Amino acid sequence: MHDLLIAPFAEFGFLRRALVGCLALSVSAPVLGVFLVLRRMSLTADVLAHGALPGVAVGFLLAGLSAPALWFGGLVAGLLVAVGAGALSRATGGREDATLTALYLVALGAGVALISMGGGGAADLSHILFGNVLGVDDAALLLMAGVATLTLVVLAFAWRPLVLECFDPSFAAAAGARGGAWHLAFQALVVLNVLSAFQALGTLMAVGLMMLPAIAARHWAAEVAGMAYAAVGIALGSSLAGILLSYHADVPTGPAIVLVAGLAWAVSVLAGPVDGLLPRLLRRRHMAG
Amino acid sequence: MNARRSPAGLVLENLTLTHGRRPAVHHVSGRFAPGSLTAVVGPNGAGKTTLLRALAGLHKPDSGRIAAEGTARIALLPQLAALDRGFPIACRDVVMQGLWPRLGAFRGASTEDRHRAEHALAAVGLGGFERRAVGSLSAGQTQRLLFARLLVQDADILLLDEPFNAVDAKTSADLLRLVRDWHGQGRTVVAVLHDLDLVAREFPDTLMIARDAIAWGPTEQALSAANRLRARMMAEAWSDEAEHCHRAA
Repeated sequence: MHDLLIAPFAEFGFLRRALVGCLALSVSAPVLGVFLVLRRMSLTADVLAHGALPGVAVGFLLAGLSAPALWFGGLVAGLLVAVGAGALSRATGGREDATLTALYLVALGAGVALISMGGGGAADLSHILFGNVLGVDDAALLLMAGVATLTLVVLAFAWRPLVLECFDPSFAAAAGARGGAWHLAFQALVVLNVLSAFQALGTLMAVGLMMLPAIAARHWAAEVAGMAYAAVGIALGSSLAGILLSYHADVPTGPAIVLVAGLAWAVSVLAGPVDGLLPRLLRRRHMAG
Repeated sequence: MNARRSPAGLVLENLTLTHGRRPAVHHVSGRFAPGSLTAVVGPNGAGKTTLLRALAGLHKPDSGRIAAEGTARIALLPQLAALDRGFPIACRDVVMQGLWPRLGAFRGASTEDRHRAEHALAAVGLGGFERRAVGSLSAGQTQRLLFARLLVQDADILLLDEPFNAVDAKTSADLLRLVRDWHGQGRTVVAVLHDLDLVAREFPDTLMIARDAIAWGPTEQALSAANRLRARMMAEAWSDEAEHCHRAA
């Protein structure tokens, strides 16, 4: 038991750093995920993560696998896609989901092409796409913890306006809740969290820790706050189990964490008390009134 | 909460509201007097909702202006369809949204605030629904819930967009009683309605609108047969080749 659960972390500093980084991420990203699900924007985070890839690739071309360069490149590209998609679809009268899809497909293609052109081998590509625990150095760890802290502080102030804006936008606007401004801040937080995730999880999997726990949480609570707690709990567990799986089975961290979170989602769909499949089968007699 | 309040009204000065360049409300002037109870009626597409949104500050006038008389705390009851009724939120938390103008994003709600929310729920016939999820309510119950939120909000001017739509007779009678109470307390109420019999029975003043104001005044005169006919013709006269309006802005 000790060998299975404790020894890897006792022995390897990089595993400890990856764990701490992922735990920090688990506290902030899934809460954003819950709001993305509620706003029917589940795909947005995915698009942002893909959209960040060309920026990450340019960072890689200029500076190799250095965390700040990759991160800064990704931030610029991610924000460009986020803002650009909204502006482009408004300007052309198109639908935003279609514009987002077009942008992220192009971004993904461009990113992979750039990394290959720049002499990046399969190992570099795999590192950037799927993450690598070795990538979580001290700088990345500070970044992940910083983003998580900032996210929680902003969410504490944005919680009521976000709930109000999701539930009843007209009322929010009439009451002066400035839903639009908070929505922008919220989107910026999503980009920051996706980017803070990609060192450990890779650009393709960065969204996993944000969305899967949030989607699973719907089956465990009937109110937003409860969902947020459930999502954070699932994410924390998935991070720990995923990193151990990654170590013992020798698979990249990103897919390992996402697979564990996926398992949690499957269990939630089957057995979760809210709209779960099994509780629905065990039909209880309806109430008398 | 029932103290007589300082009166607040709204004045429209040559107000024009547009969607794109198409006028939805066209050169309307008049006054929602402090403490008045006014029905806004007119055919579909006549600009009723747009007018209400402008009164709430959500739609910027193309020309003309809306001026408040007195200290106006304004509350808006949006159409039920504008709501995400699947949102996972408990009834008590919806009612407590009415405290937003006072508490904002970060101030805590006091025990007294919680009691007010519970009283408001009881007042709209939803006593005991505090922990129920909004998604489990019927349309009529949801409308009662939104009225409870208005009670907590305690505004001087209440703007109600089709408050009795998709609501059964018992519910609309209960909600109407609340509207009468608000009127009795000296609040200004403006309600968009389609049921002209109800308007004739319960609302002292009426604004009949079909882009232009057809009539604005005591309900009996505003709802005359001639005015109803004019409103219908205005709404049907809709042209893509309409000329630019040259009336003074």
